[in-house]
Amino acid sequence: MSVPGDLQYTKSHEWVRVEGDVATVGITEHAQDELGDVVFVELPEQGATLEAGDSFGAVESVKAVSDLYAPVGGEVVEVNGALENNPEKINEDPYGEGWILKLQTSDRADLLSAAEYEKLLEEES
Amino acid sequence: MLDNLIRTKGREGRRGYTLPKNDVGETDLRKVLPKEALRKEGPRLAEVDEPTVVRHYTNLSRRNWGIDTNFYPLGSCTMKHNPRANEVAANTPAFAGLHPLQPEAQAQGALKVMHELQGFLSEVSGLPAVSLQPLAGAQGELTSILMVKKFFEDNGDDGRTTVLVPSTAHGTNPATASMAGFAAKEIGLDEHGCVDVDELREMVDGTTAALMITNPNTCGVFERNIKEISDVLHEAGAFLYMDGANMNANLGRMRPAEAGVDVMHFNLHKTFSTPHGGGGPGCGAIACSETLAPFRPDPAVERDGDIYSFVRPAGSIGRVAGFHGNFGQMLRAWNYIKMHGPDLRDVTDMAVLNANYVRARLGGTYGVPYDELCKHEVVVQPPKGMKALDIAKGLIDHGYHPPTIYFPLVVKEAMLIEPTETESKETLDDFVGALLELAESNAEELEEAPAHAPTRRLDEARAARQLKARW
Repeated sequence: MSVPGDLQYTKSHEWVRVEGDVATVGITEHAQDELGDVVFVELPEQGATLEAGDSFGAVESVKAVSDLYAPVGGEVVEVNGALENNPEKINEDPYGEGWILKLQTSDRADLLSAAEYEKLLEEES
Repeated sequence: MLDNLIRTKGREGRRGYTLPKNDVGETDLRKVLPKEALRKEGPRLAEVDEPTVVRHYTNLSRRNWGIDTNFYPLGSCTMKHNPRANEVAANTPAFAGLHPLQPEAQAQGALKVMHELQGFLSEVSGLPAVSLQPLAGAQGELTSILMVKKFFEDNGDDGRTTVLVPSTAHGTNPATASMAGFAAKEIGLDEHGCVDVDELREMVDGTTAALMITNPNTCGVFERNIKEISDVLHEAGAFLYMDGANMNANLGRMRPAEAGVDVMHFNLHKTFSTPHGGGGPGCGAIACSETLAPFRPDPAVERDGDIYSFVRPAGSIGRVAGFHGNFGQMLRAWNYIKMHGPDLRDVTDMAVLNANYVRARLGGTYGVPYDELCKHEVVVQPPKGMKALDIAKGLIDHGYHPPTIYFPLVVKEAMLIEPTETESKETLDDFVGALLELAESNAEELEEAPAHAPTRRLDEARAARQLKARW
């Protein structure tokens, strides 16, 4: 499973890419593999304010519906509308075209490094 | 694949019968019926001969996969045999010919059956009041939680906003809580897969209306702390609701009221052997404490001497079903319970024995996440590198309905197997044999299964992504 070194992670299998004060959020390759084929993504409203740990939407696969949790707090400045018609992008390109939302934030609390996340995956397997 | 509809078969004017030559005069309907009673055009009925009708429906029925054709170990669904003696009872003309609007005085036998069944369910649950009205398990859940809501409303307690639901719950539990206007909050599990009592203590407060628990839970494990759980809830003025989907594990062995349960539902179409019938009609009867009894749906059946009558409980939440619920299911369940009598407990003992036999035989090859004595069903995991979905599809080629897969959600690659008490050891051995054989098969080849079903593997992801629903 790919775990890019330039990203940060959560225990609930989201990834975060921090660029300035904008954090892009998605789910990891491991998460999409566990879920199986994603068939629907429930996205938050643009402009919504999230606290770290808030459930902001859900990913529905043929197996199950899983809540998505905000890795950091902030304001939703953009959501990936392309997922509405092409939810499979989460399976095909979880770290690229499968991104889910962008948060305006300076919050960095409680995120895992790539090495720490890889260790978590090893422990879970 | 799809047969033409019956209406597209045959031809105009064809009939499945011939009548003797008409020897009386014909009367124009327009002369005897008022204008508003006349159709503008004739009904669009199939115009076919009798063999075509018989073949059409016989061929459709052969596409059915059910408990009458094959073993059906679908976990959490209790797909037990539907005894034919139940059908004899249901087909008795005195019952089958009853009209739902028949005056009570002419339907005393039917009301007596309903009243006795209320009593039987009361005996099984230990709870004094019963309603037979809900038409399905999920409706029984909703009815129960609406009764809890009405209790708090009538007592002027408007601070009860949340319903707690364990992470092993059936999806209908949080859906019920939301439908009833509560916020559903999830509780985690301890190492046995049971409700974490410490977490429960932290979560329960003055906003808690109820906890919805399934016992045994969906991992097939008995919630051994249920009494302590009910104490925690009752101290906070909240109720304990029990999802009775798994009552096949409790008959005569665990009376929910003695464990502190305040309200629960039964699935007559699971525990009490009435047909599942492709999603309906079912019966999700509920039982409750004296405290909640006034809020039961309208109507309940009461007895005064030798007279039975329908009554509306004083604080009733109202009607939840048309007429008097699914009476045919009540009659079958009544018959089933009468046939077993006090030996109803044997049903549970055999169901639990069968599930443990499957657990013991699969263990070692399949993963058993909670490897202790289970109740009426067992959750297993495929051997490493294999997927539950592929094993399930492979079972179709072996002539079995697959077990429930990817549920409960707390177990990865879960396969939930519920054999029920009505299957013989030979059937279980054959089924276990098929699973052990599948465990040895090539994982990549298994991705192609089923190979021998009327259709190969369906593209479930595409079906969900490009949904085309018509109704």
